[in-house]
Amino acid sequence: MSTLASVRTPVPPRVWLGIVLVGAVLAILPFLLGMVGQSWIRTLNFALIYVMLALGLNVVVGFAGLLDLGYIAFYGVGAYVWAMLASPHFGLHLPFWVILPLGFVLAAIAGALLGAPCLKLRGDYLAIVTLGFGEIVRIFLNNLDAPVNITNGPQGINRIDTFRVGEFAFGRTQELFGFRITGPEKYYYLLLFLTIVIVVICARLQHSRIGRAWEAIREDEIAAKAMGINTRNIKLLAFAMGASFGGIAGCMFASMQGFVSPESFSLTESIAVLCMVVLGGMGNIPGVILGALLLSVFPELLRAVVVPLQQTLFGDVILDPEGIRMLLFGFALVLVMIFRPEGLWPSALRRRELRAAKEGA
Amino acid sequence: MSAIPVHRDQGAMPELLLVVNRISKRFGGLQALSDVSFGICKGDIYGLIGPNGAGKTTLFNVLTSLYQPEMGTANFMGHQLTRLKPHEIAQVGIARTFQNIRLFANLSAIENVMIGRHVRTRAGVLGAVLRNRATLEEERAIEQRAYELLEYVGIADRANDIARSLSYGDQRRLEIARALATEPTLLALDEPAAGMNPSETVVLRQLIEKIRNDGVTVLLIEHDMKLVMGLCNRVLVLEYGRVLAEGKPSEVQRDPRVIEAYLGKGAAGQAGAAVAAPASDIAARQSTGASHSNQGRHDS
Repeated sequence: MSTLASVRTPVPPRVWLGIVLVGAVLAILPFLLGMVGQSWIRTLNFALIYVMLALGLNVVVGFAGLLDLGYIAFYGVGAYVWAMLASPHFGLHLPFWVILPLGFVLAAIAGALLGAPCLKLRGDYLAIVTLGFGEIVRIFLNNLDAPVNITNGPQGINRIDTFRVGEFAFGRTQELFGFRITGPEKYYYLLLFLTIVIVVICARLQHSRIGRAWEAIREDEIAAKAMGINTRNIKLLAFAMGASFGGIAGCMFASMQGFVSPESFSLTESIAVLCMVVLGGMGNIPGVILGALLLSVFPELLRAVVVPLQQTLFGDVILDPEGIRMLLFGFALVLVMIFRPEGLWPSALRRRELRAAKEGA
Repeated sequence: MSAIPVHRDQGAMPELLLVVNRISKRFGGLQALSDVSFGICKGDIYGLIGPNGAGKTTLFNVLTSLYQPEMGTANFMGHQLTRLKPHEIAQVGIARTFQNIRLFANLSAIENVMIGRHVRTRAGVLGAVLRNRATLEEERAIEQRAYELLEYVGIADRANDIARSLSYGDQRRLEIARALATEPTLLALDEPAAGMNPSETVVLRQLIEKIRNDGVTVLLIEHDMKLVMGLCNRVLVLEYGRVLAEGKPSEVQRDPRVIEAYLGKGAAGQAGAAVAAPASDIAARQSTGASHSNQGRHDS
């Protein structure tokens, strides 16, 4: 059965070599960046959080084909779970092994709750409902300071505990085996670990019975039903799985920042994460990672380049980097949509689909 | 109304698989099905024929729970089909294909069939993530079975090709393989020969016979009268959503009402000539007559 073997693509040695090289680079990356400036490590950490978010959203949008514009709500749920259970706000300081699973589960439940009323909706209608859901969560966070103060309203919650394993606190600089290691550097490894776990989970789900069921729903829901796929449960599962990764990312965000407020979970954030997924290549894990890294690091690069560049050229800052950022961002998106509508690094499936659509047109 | 009694004239009483009793379905002002009753026995290749718009596909959709009928029941091996959800239909053992092929067009042929295994396998999220031995074995078995089914329908050499890129006939066969992957007791085929050339139709006919001989009962909607009359051991004729005739192909072919439906009133008057008309003749006229009978429908 030679044909069978070719169905399950084996990993060629070239790929293994690549994995080892990438691993080595990832392992020493914070120290390299640390030489340029500590702020770059923080940028990198945020990039990793965005990678987690994009991977989570990719489960919903890329695998199951359900357009979700309120995804950031689950990030918010995770962040507030950590903030409320590990800060002076309620005087609770629970350990990570309680909060992290709780953030995971509560975000998943929120995901299923969002999914339940959306089961019969598709495309534009689904997008509008999820968008509304995202806003509802943000508005709740913003207003749940009265009559009972739960979220501390627009002021947000501050002095949040850092991630701590026993006596090992991730937020603090300390000497370790003769090395001086800073908080952001420690967080980098923690985030990298969680990201890799999420990547592995996503990749394994994609090539499983569940992943195939998601693909089936994406391709043709009626045929999927006729094949005995319980589309309701499988869709809810996609919403819940995607949301749970967002919850984990939110927990990490809160613990790393030490401060959360509702404005971190606005619609623009949802759209930014969706852009990462679409730009990188829906449904393709490496593509989504690439998209998240590009879109989260690029603005910081721009900030670092634009101001000094203008100062040397004109002796003054004429264009605000924030303003240019959105301009270039929009321009880049338009270019990608024109020249690579399937994303920068698309899955084989998406490429085929768009090529076929072009031929059909 | 004329509820058609389920009777068989064979000596031994064959096992009844599906009993449809007085199904009615209405779309707004259109009565798509009225009082349709019939029974399918184990081992049948049961043909469902009728002019365009007679309600054949509607009946399929009612049996597979895509539509809810206003009235009537359908009992399949003790299950009330009308009470089941669409995805439970495959669970109880009915698989179908679609008139306008509904493959997962961007997935490969083998992936399509592997999705068909969904309902007979178990692995959940935990198994997928942990990749424990049971899951890996199940996954291997799914792939193995999918490949075997592609061989069974004769398109194993296209296993890794995208469903969309297959020829029309191969897509039809892939749809059958995908349906068979759910291990059905009853396989419902909605115009499987549509768009096939004569040599493909011959292969299809052999395939359907093979499927029946391997223990799967077949329900067949088909316009190709030659195929139906040669293949089916039992035929139901629908017209305007009503049962016009039911019985052996040879009986149905002689039924004056059927001849009238297919060939028009004049032909029924010359019933004597029509009785002698061979099946292929009816088929030939049917393909040109279909549009006529449609027009007749609009007039009435």
